[in-house]
Amino acid sequence: MSFLSIDHLTKTFPLLDENARRGDTFVVFRNVNFEIRRGEFLTMIGHSGCGKSTLLNIIAGFDRPSEGGVILEGTEVTKPGLDRMVVFQSFALMPWLTAFDNVRLAVRQAHRDWSKERIREWTQKYINMMNLHGAEKKHPTFLSGGMRQRVGLARAFAVEPKVLLLDEPFAQIDALTRLGIQEELVRMWGETRNTVFMVTHDVDEAILLSDRIALMTNGPDAELAEIVEVSIPRPRTRSTLIDSPDYIRIRNHILHFLVRGAKKAHHTGGVEVTSEQTGASSEPAISLEVAQTQT
Amino acid sequence: MSWNRRKLAERFGPYILSLVILGVFILVWESLTRPPKFDPTGKSEDDLTVLEFNGDIVRNEATGKYVYNPKKVLGIPGPGKVWEKAAEELGEAFVKKGANDHGIGLLVYYTIKRFLAGFLVGSVVAVFLGVLIGLSKPLFIALNPFIQVLKPISPLAWMPLLLYSVKDPVWTAIFVVFMASLWPTVANTAFGVNSIRKDYLHVATLLEMTYLRRLFLVILPAAAPAIIAGLRISFGSALVAVVPAEMLLGELGAGYLTWIEWNNLNISGVIFAILVVGVVGYILDYGFGKLASKFTYAEV
Repeated sequence: MSFLSIDHLTKTFPLLDENARRGDTFVVFRNVNFEIRRGEFLTMIGHSGCGKSTLLNIIAGFDRPSEGGVILEGTEVTKPGLDRMVVFQSFALMPWLTAFDNVRLAVRQAHRDWSKERIREWTQKYINMMNLHGAEKKHPTFLSGGMRQRVGLARAFAVEPKVLLLDEPFAQIDALTRLGIQEELVRMWGETRNTVFMVTHDVDEAILLSDRIALMTNGPDAELAEIVEVSIPRPRTRSTLIDSPDYIRIRNHILHFLVRGAKKAHHTGGVEVTSEQTGASSEPAISLEVAQTQT
Repeated sequence: MSWNRRKLAERFGPYILSLVILGVFILVWESLTRPPKFDPTGKSEDDLTVLEFNGDIVRNEATGKYVYNPKKVLGIPGPGKVWEKAAEELGEAFVKKGANDHGIGLLVYYTIKRFLAGFLVGSVVAVFLGVLIGLSKPLFIALNPFIQVLKPISPLAWMPLLLYSVKDPVWTAIFVVFMASLWPTVANTAFGVNSIRKDYLHVATLLEMTYLRRLFLVILPAAAPAIIAGLRISFGSALVAVVPAEMLLGELGAGYLTWIEWNNLNISGVIFAILVVGVVGYILDYGFGKLASKFTYAEV
């Protein structure tokens, strides 16, 4: 039995344009099927509109699939819970609480039987791990984007969830700050070995952080094209990554996929791209371990 | 830090300007209300005797000429007269001279007590109602027509009905303040709760909060700025309502003082009472603002 199973998910939304009849729907993604191993960092990349954030919301329990289901350790996910903490693109920190209290609120909810002192110590530990020391008493409004997302990450990690869901966590953070916080996330993940599912647009970020990268074709009616194994040894830092030949190969492969996927989508309506057409076989210069998921 | 002229002007300029405006106002007030000189030309000896007998004029012993009786005020009293009255009233602020003649300090105390009782109860009910409506769309749609009809009714319009049903002026006055402080808070709270960012609610769900914790740890704090804004409007309208309520009901208070001084034809007293109402309102509003700033936050 796998740890987290995304089992043949399809999501449709009712069609709302003016010519639509009642009951008309459009498919965001179809038949997405993959598994995440315990302790694995899996990232999903795709163009806007491929439904990757919707997929993350379904795993979180905020949204329900139209077909298929999400199974975590043998139990189907139906509603949000502390075992699947989300780090939001918009940070979603409570502006009336200090950085410390934002984290403490989560710890308190996760451990209702703990003493005040123990909750405080636990919170402080994660505040320190995220290099937030000195900013504890500040309210989110007075923190930079990078610092805010550090609080968001500390809040999520402090709960020690079974799965950590990162929804484009660094999209609203400037490029230079992003580099620092990404490396901190790598270190944090190395210490805690949480299972992580991340959604992003950023190919470099995905390669730096992930064990495997799932590529989605363009939406609507998107499908999972392939899952790329990132065969670069850990610990990784941005400086060691740049010199790694694997890094360049993987990066080129993903960029080729994204660029070609966009072209195909433009000419055919975006439903014809399959894993065979976009896989490594069509690009002989690249030799990758590619896990074909569409069996 | 060295205090150069520019810094001093920036720091104290506005306050000096305030004092200047106050000075100009008092000067204009004084010049417009100077008592007129008595002119005896064209008046017979009999006329003068009648005027003196009525107390309108008095004979100056030294010069033998008639002047207007300084104890009988004609027209609007000047700042000096009001100041005298104020000094007299403030001197016996906490003295009870009779059943209906309490010192100004006591009157202000009654008004504040009445006002706070009505406002606090009204606000608690209003926030409760507002949260209920804000959380439930069907309830909002169902109750909205009633709120829209009730909202524009002047709180004083309720008074006859309230007086008839509760049969007690003390409680009627409190109820009028209660009615005045209800609707703005209800409307603002409902709006605030309804427009909470979905992110906060998502986090609450994610953290598996119970319904009560969700309400007290997320919904109320998130809606606090809107609730405070509503309370602030309610506060103003309740403060406006308390004065006429006291006048009409004859309940001892700062508003009642205005009316009793009018009945005494003591215009200095009326002006003093008006100033007292203003100062009391300012102090209450200042206190409320201080309190409110503890509960608001800056939006991210």
